[in-house]
Amino acid sequence: MTATLEHRLPKSRQALQPGTIEARDFSFWYGKKQALNNISLIVPPSSVTALIGPSGCGKSTFLRSINRLNDLIPGIRHEGDLSLDGQSIFDKDLDVVALRQRVGMVFQRWNPFPKSIYDNVAYGARINGVTRSSELDEVVERSLRRAALWDEVKDRLRTSALGLSGGQQQRVCIARALANQPEVLLLDEPASALDPGSTQKIEELVYELKRELTIVIVTHNLQQAARASDHTAFFFSGQLVELGPTDQIFTRPREERTDAYITGRFG
Amino acid sequence: MRTRTSRHWLSGVMIGLTYLAAILATLPLLLILAHLIGKGASSLSLSFFTNMPKPVGETGGGMANAIVGTLILIGIASLIGLPIGIGGGIYLSEKRRTPLAHTVRFLSDVLNGLPSIVMGIFAWEFLVRPAGHFSALAGGAAVGAMMIPLVTRTTEEMLRVVPTSLREAALALGYPKWRTSLSVVLRTALAGIATGALVAVARIAGETAPLLFTAFGNQFWSTSVHEPIAALPLQIFTYAISPYDEWHAQAWAGALVLITIVLVISLAARVVTRSRFGAAVD
Repeated sequence: MTATLEHRLPKSRQALQPGTIEARDFSFWYGKKQALNNISLIVPPSSVTALIGPSGCGKSTFLRSINRLNDLIPGIRHEGDLSLDGQSIFDKDLDVVALRQRVGMVFQRWNPFPKSIYDNVAYGARINGVTRSSELDEVVERSLRRAALWDEVKDRLRTSALGLSGGQQQRVCIARALANQPEVLLLDEPASALDPGSTQKIEELVYELKRELTIVIVTHNLQQAARASDHTAFFFSGQLVELGPTDQIFTRPREERTDAYITGRFG
Repeated sequence: MRTRTSRHWLSGVMIGLTYLAAILATLPLLLILAHLIGKGASSLSLSFFTNMPKPVGETGGGMANAIVGTLILIGIASLIGLPIGIGGGIYLSEKRRTPLAHTVRFLSDVLNGLPSIVMGIFAWEFLVRPAGHFSALAGGAAVGAMMIPLVTRTTEEMLRVVPTSLREAALALGYPKWRTSLSVVLRTALAGIATGALVAVARIAGETAPLLFTAFGNQFWSTSVHEPIAALPLQIFTYAISPYDEWHAQAWAGALVLITIVLVISLAARVVTRSRFGAAVD
C-alpha cells in the first residue's frame, strides 16, 4: 500500500526538514500476529498528523514504533524501515535513549510520577545532566508555560502532581515531555479520558505546539482529528488505507473504506 | 423451596460463624499477650534491660546482653538478607518469564518452607565447623538466609504492582532501562518493599532453632561478631528449661520483650504502608 499523491516519497533525502518521520514498507509483528503491513508514509515537520482507524488497526503500534517503545514487548519483529530526519531509528549506531529524548510521548492515561509537579517536569532535564537549580527552574517554567499550565500551578510546584485534575495531570505529562526539547511529540489518545473543557485545552495546545515540532496524534475522536490535524492517515487492519490533507480526507476521501469509516458506517 | 425466613435464618448463622472465626483467629495472640504480661511484667524493670544475667539465687539479673545480641543478629541478617533479597526480587520482576526466573521463584518458595533447624545445621556445617567456633556471624548468616526468600517474593510482588504506564513514561522520556528500574519502578515500590523487609525482620527476630548451633548464646557481654553471642530467643530457651523459678520469671520477661520488639517492627511496617497509600512518596 503506498501513500497518496501528496505524500509520495521524496526523490532526494536532502529535502527532509528536521522532525520528518518517514516509513518505508514498514511491517510489524507481535509474535505471529502481524499488526502493520507495508506502511509507507511521510509525516512532515511542523504539522499535526492524526492517525485514525478502528481499534486494533495498528495506529498505536505505529505510534509506539516511532520511539521504539515496542522494544519492551517480547517476540516483536519488523521489516522495512522507519526513519527520523533521514536516519533509520533501527540503525545499530542509533542510541535508543537519545531517540526517545528527541521523540517525546504522551499517553492515553496520564501517568505523572508520584512526585511533585516540579520534579515531574525536571525529570528529563535531570537525566541530561542539568543540575544547577537556576537552570532547572528555567526548564520547568518554560516547559510548563509551553504546556499552558504555568499560571495554574506556579504557586504549588512543590506539591504532588497526583493532586491535580486529570486534565492538569495530562498537561504535566506534556510539559514533562517538552522539557526534553523534542523534535517530535507523539500523542496516544491524549484526551480520550478527559472532559470537554480539558480536551479543548489540549487541542489548543497541540495547535500552538505544532509551530515548533512535529506532532503525531492517535485519536478515536474523528471531530478531534478534523479540528486539530493538518494531515490524516486512516489505518485499517494493519494497512494504511489513505493519507492526505485532513480537509480532503474528511470531505473528499478517495477510498471507499475511508468514506465508510468517517461517516460512521463501521469502526 | 426455602422460605424467606429460613433463608434469613441461614444467612444469620453463616454471618455469625464468620464473626466467630474472626475472633478465634485473633484469640491466640490476645491470650499469649495477656499471659505474657501477667507472668512477665512483674520481672520487668529497668535493670532487666541494663543488667547482665546473674547466677541463680542473686536478684536483679537482666538480659542486656541478649537484647543487644538480638539487635546485632538482626543487623547482620539484614545486611545479608536485604540486598540479596531485594536484588533477587528486582530480577524476578524485570525478567519475569525467563527460565532462570521460574527456577529462582520456585526455589525461593522451597527455601521459604525450609524448616529453620535445617538452616541452622547448614550454617553450622559451612560457617561454624570450618571456623572452629560459634559466632554471631554464623547466626546472622543463618537467619539472614531465611530472610532472602521472604524479601525476594515481597519485593517482586511490590514491583509488579507498579503500573506499566509509569515505566513507559520514564522510558519515553529517554531513561535507560536500568535507570528506569532503579529510580522510577524501585522508588515507587520502595514503601512496599520496606514493609516486606520489616515483616521479614519481625519474622526472624524470634527464630531460635537456627541460632542453637551458630550464635550459640553467651552468658557474658559480647558484641564481637566472631564470638558466640547471646540472643533473646536462646536466653528464653535456656531459662525456660532450667529448674529455677527466678529463671522462669526472667524467661517470661524476656518473651515479653521479644514479642514487644516484634510488635513494634510490625507496627512500623503498618505505618510505612499507610504513608504509601497517602499522598506522594516525596
